[in-house]
Amino acid sequence: MAARRPNPGRTLVVFFLVVALSYGLVALAGVWKPKLGLDLQGGTRITLIAKGDVSSASLTEARGIIEDRVNGSGVAEAEVSTQGNKYIVVEIPGASRRDLVETVKRQAQLRFRVVAAVADGAAGASSSTPGTGTGPTTGTGTGTGPTTGTGVPGSAPTSSAPGGNNRAPYAWAGEKDKKNKTKTPTPTPSQSPATEQPTQADALDDPLTWMDNPDPRSLAAFNAFSCPASGEPANVDDDPDKPLVTCDEFGQKMLLSAALIEGTDLSSADTLPPSQQSVEWGVDLNFNRAGTTEFARISQALVNTNKQFAIVLDGRVISAPTMQGLITDGNAQITGRFSEAEARSLATSLKYGALPIAFEKDPPVELVGPSLAGNQLSAGINAGLAGLFLVMLYCLFYYRGLGLVVIASLLTAAALTYSLVVLLSEGAGFTLSLPGIAGLIVAVGITADSFIVYFERMRDEMRDGKSMRVAVEAGWLRARNTCLAADAVSLLAALVLYIFAAGVVKGFAFTLGLSTLIDLVVFFWFTHPMVSWLARFSFFNRGHAMSGLGAESLGLDAVSTSGGKA
Amino acid sequence: MGAFSRLGNDLYSGRRSIDFVGRKWVWYAVSAVILAMAAFGLVSKGLNMGIEFTGGAEYRVTLSADRATQDTADELRAAVAGTGIESAAAPVVTTSGSEAIIVQTEPVNDAESAELVTTILDVTGATEADISQTEIGPSWGKEVAKRSLIGLVVFLVLVVLFIWAYFREWKMSLAALVALAHDVLITVGVYALSGFEVSPATVTGVLTILGFSLYDTVVVFDKVRENTHQLTTSRLTYAEAANLAVNQTLVRSINTSIVALIPVAAILYVGVAQLGSGSLKDLALALFVGMAVGAYSSIFIATPLLVQLKSREKDVNYDERRAAARRREAAADPYSRVSAADRNAAPPPDPRQVREDGSVARPPVMAPPRQAEALNKGRVVPKAHGPVKPSPSAGRVQPTRQPRSKRGKK
Repeated sequence: MAARRPNPGRTLVVFFLVVALSYGLVALAGVWKPKLGLDLQGGTRITLIAKGDVSSASLTEARGIIEDRVNGSGVAEAEVSTQGNKYIVVEIPGASRRDLVETVKRQAQLRFRVVAAVADGAAGASSSTPGTGTGPTTGTGTGTGPTTGTGVPGSAPTSSAPGGNNRAPYAWAGEKDKKNKTKTPTPTPSQSPATEQPTQADALDDPLTWMDNPDPRSLAAFNAFSCPASGEPANVDDDPDKPLVTCDEFGQKMLLSAALIEGTDLSSADTLPPSQQSVEWGVDLNFNRAGTTEFARISQALVNTNKQFAIVLDGRVISAPTMQGLITDGNAQITGRFSEAEARSLATSLKYGALPIAFEKDPPVELVGPSLAGNQLSAGINAGLAGLFLVMLYCLFYYRGLGLVVIASLLTAAALTYSLVVLLSEGAGFTLSLPGIAGLIVAVGITADSFIVYFERMRDEMRDGKSMRVAVEAGWLRARNTCLAADAVSLLAALVLYIFAAGVVKGFAFTLGLSTLIDLVVFFWFTHPMVSWLARFSFFNRGHAMSGLGAESLGLDAVSTSGGKA
Repeated sequence: MGAFSRLGNDLYSGRRSIDFVGRKWVWYAVSAVILAMAAFGLVSKGLNMGIEFTGGAEYRVTLSADRATQDTADELRAAVAGTGIESAAAPVVTTSGSEAIIVQTEPVNDAESAELVTTILDVTGATEADISQTEIGPSWGKEVAKRSLIGLVVFLVLVVLFIWAYFREWKMSLAALVALAHDVLITVGVYALSGFEVSPATVTGVLTILGFSLYDTVVVFDKVRENTHQLTTSRLTYAEAANLAVNQTLVRSINTSIVALIPVAAILYVGVAQLGSGSLKDLALALFVGMAVGAYSSIFIATPLLVQLKSREKDVNYDERRAAARRREAAADPYSRVSAADRNAAPPPDPRQVREDGSVARPPVMAPPRQAEALNKGRVVPKAHGPVKPSPSAGRVQPTRQPRSKRGKK
């Protein structure tokens, strides 16, 4: 017998080492509290729902774009995550940010503007207008000229990329020149308050004229502007009707005209592999009718100059090429020193008007005020403590000595659960929400139930006339199977809930599943060895009245204390 | 406690037994009445779907206890209705718990929402930090409802598979499923009758009780299977063995239910007292009702139904006939076939046939002696010194061995 079973004492020691190890890891992580969900610390949650079927790749891409956008608006710790195959969840902890809802909900905007001025964005010091020939460069403090932007580090070939980066030249395709008188460009004088200048009303009317002669107010704003540290998107207000000062990804600031073409006028964009005409990767653009006319107009104004136009995505310049040829058929190509990956990324950005997927119109928005969050946290903790305490009390009352085993097991399970929750929140980004806490509390019942199954089995065996030491093992064998079945059902429920439930309910399923697993671990490696070990003491195996295994508590006249069957 | 334990022991040994299986029509009737009420509630009142399913906006203001009164709520209702926002023309304003007021409106857009927030803050005098809001578009609500339904269906399929794999018997599976449906229907009925709001948390609760209810049934059926496994060697019919199983697991069922209900009750109480309505309350209420009903159904519905389904089976019929035969034999009087030489001189009763209360098992009856010999009945087996296992070879009337034609080739 003894040789077949592992020594209960040894099992207990190993188990406690494992628990200690988990706390060692927690200490190593240096965090002693789990991350709380929005409902427990206050904050804003917006769930975007993709329309139709979308691939996980495009969902991930959309997530990245929205994250940029949210971070761009000055929120540091926002979390944007994908859920399932069609949700993007934006969570902004802290005070409620009603204003951000609009930012997130807005479909990403792609616009074409023309560039009036470019400068190194780091200091906001020197600026230059690459605009050549035509306009007088009024108001610009610094030298003008057709050369590359002055402050540009690692300047690029003058011929193709005035912006100093390797985005660039435009080559064009078609010959047939449609009449390119356009319908009036979107902006109207009155709608560009930032640049309102009565004397220049005409110029403002057309961004193409404006770009050669920007109004002083815009220039002042441009000079004052400095780009954030490289890599981060600038926090700008991308209003199509106003000139825009923003940065490209190389940290150069640009003064841009009001929008000329909206992203919606772009009908397609594709990568263009290297061919005989060009040794580089490029991007092929196709405009719809309105876009074509407008683009032809831009093309005419910009062709054979070093002036750039800019493709602006969510207020950020993703490409600022010059015009290498007259393009009137709406079929343009952007070439530059693109790698294949760059070309593909640019094409994707262009093609999808930034977001590769469309979202349902009114996404669910949740704002949790800090006071409610505080209330919910304390309610959760109160309920948990009350539940745990009452269950312990009941077990102690009913099982007496064995109740102590229940209490010890519950406390051990609680300790193990806490360390795992902390570790998971640190390692796997798990956040503890209110339903999560509810799951943990409900699991107290499941856990205690395992012990009840076991103890009742044990008592049944003793009623059959077995002694305690025998009943402990015989009862264990039978209780084990029942318990495994029960926990399998619980786990199954938790798993299905986790997969199919929407939103916060996942937290409930997760903690329920976690607690069920912990219940199994504690039951196998703590409770059973513990009872086996206690069975060696005469307090239990002689059936002391307070042990919970006495004759009276079993309802028997006498308890068998001999080694085997009576 | 001693009395309860004594009861536990008596139930276990079968000394005391509650006839769960035999009185099945009583339990069926009780359940039928409750189910009828639930169905009535569902049909007449319907479920009060929360804004998560229907779409809409909900604003919850946390206030000090003396401000969170019905008066404030009324004031707030008038103010919100007075904003002139179309979808907020008929707001639902209620107090929730002791420290919160909830305003619910139809779906609003961002600007309207901002205006409502300002209005609410003005009226209640709360600060920005005290207000929480949830805005759900109708499409999301449909989505949530759809997902919940898919979850329910998938879970049911998995449960059927699990039950089938675990019990390997469609009758047990069917009985367990009926019990499940019973629990879910009653829980849903409680929601319909009480008019509590149904939210995704409620759906979660319902899915969870599917698990719990199933588990209760698994435990009882486990014991039923154990007890009915050796029917051929025991004196019990299937129904009696099943009833014994229920009785034996009764104490455990009660304990389990209490222990499972305590934490849920704690959540329910704290949720209602401290937070008013909310996900905690929704979850806990569904769980509480479901668990209680689940414990009831595993004992009162699932097992009797299983026995009823089983009663048509050939083997079970054999078991019943066998048990009846054994009982007849046991009751047979050893002296019945002894011819009485003198009618007036009755022999003293055999001490082994005297019952505890002093009555004699059966008055002697005249019977032809030849027949008795031929039947080999009436033999008094000497009492064993130790417990003797009932053996199939003893006292059998007929061999149950099938004829060769039906046995099949080996």
